[in-house]
Amino acid sequence: MRISELASSLGLETAQGAYADREISSGYASDLLSDVMANAAADGVLVTVQAHKNAVAVASLVGLAAIVICNSRPLPEDMIEAARSEGVAVFRSAENAFEISGRLWAALRRP
Amino acid sequence: MAPLPISPETGPQAVLEILYSLKVRDAMTSPVISAGPRDSIRDIQYLMRDNNITGVPIVEEGRLVGLVSMGLVIQALDSGRIEQSAGELMTRMVISLEDDMPLAFATTYFNRYSYGRFPVLNRDGVLVGIVSASDIIRAMLIAMNKEVERLEAELSAAAAAAADRPSDGRVRLLFHVTRFDFENAGKASAEFKKALKGLEIEAGTVRRAAVAAYELELNEVIHSEGGTIGLVAGEGRIEISAEDRGPGIPDVEAAMTEGFSTANEWIRSLGFGAGMGLPNAKRVSDDFHIDSGPGRGTKVGVLIKY
Repeated sequence: MRISELASSLGLETAQGAYADREISSGYASDLLSDVMANAAADGVLVTVQAHKNAVAVASLVGLAAIVICNSRPLPEDMIEAARSEGVAVFRSAENAFEISGRLWAALRRP
Repeated sequence: MAPLPISPETGPQAVLEILYSLKVRDAMTSPVISAGPRDSIRDIQYLMRDNNITGVPIVEEGRLVGLVSMGLVIQALDSGRIEQSAGELMTRMVISLEDDMPLAFATTYFNRYSYGRFPVLNRDGVLVGIVSASDIIRAMLIAMNKEVERLEAELSAAAAAAADRPSDGRVRLLFHVTRFDFENAGKASAEFKKALKGLEIEAGTVRRAAVAAYELELNEVIHSEGGTIGLVAGEGRIEISAEDRGPGIPDVEAAMTEGFSTANEWIRSLGFGAGMGLPNAKRVSDDFHIDSGPGRGTKVGVLIKY
């Protein structure tokens, strides 16, 4: 699945849509940025409640394809700006990390 | 006016550092003059007059339960309730600050609420001080003077170091890291990553270096009084060195244990302080050394070979 298919496939709201579209490798759900830094795979999707700039910095360092913010957490403008300048896609959902991860897991395994 | 002896490059940085490095406890008045809920508004009026203050926190068994301001005393006088107790008339919805918060956060409270002062609580919720806008300005000015002295010393040392640095074709980068500057946290690591990509180093190795750099940079943001993070790369070696000005790690062995953290609640709420920083940095290193102790700075060196 490609980044551009995430929103429709998982029912997400697109918060930052300026990115280079590419194939998604995997997903990672965590709210600890050190954990993401150490263990998330490049080109993966991060599912988290950490709606702030530092999540974008970590995503960019790891080379993540996208961030999905769950529980309808408010997105600060400086986070969206940072994501735009780093080319990291940001989506948002009213669902929790468990629900989103479940959908993502299923979608990534669909042939 | 004579120009300050700080370079245009480090000038704005210095002001930022002051704002982020000072904590509420550095600016607050302590011990704080307080009263009990059974004291009368009249007693509190005398307390204000005798001590030349405009707000008195009301404390019961060490806990902050309310606040009586000059405005409230005047209202009480006006409505003939000056002999009533503080407990009856005090403001109960008191916005307080934590002694551990950076002053940068505290100033936003002054903007957000129209209060002239905020009581300060410690981590255990005990009233430890009170802080007004003029307290903050005074603390800033004192710190600014100290900072100018420090910068002068640092600049002359840097000039001496630059004079005898050999040019050997390796990439060298050095960034200043400011305490609690979460706005810019990760910028140094991002620059390191770019530089390493420029050297055409393989992606897995760049990732290891990025992990180490990010963890060390964030440690300085979260725990240190500010410092630097540097990169020297080329000819098969990536060296990352982090040096801060203190306060030092009392128990280095504990700090190297996964899950051990001294970060407070508001830092954890940002997704930091999981106790994974130093262990992560060590795990990705081919060689890792740390030197620290209370009362001195921390130095961490990471070597990654490629």
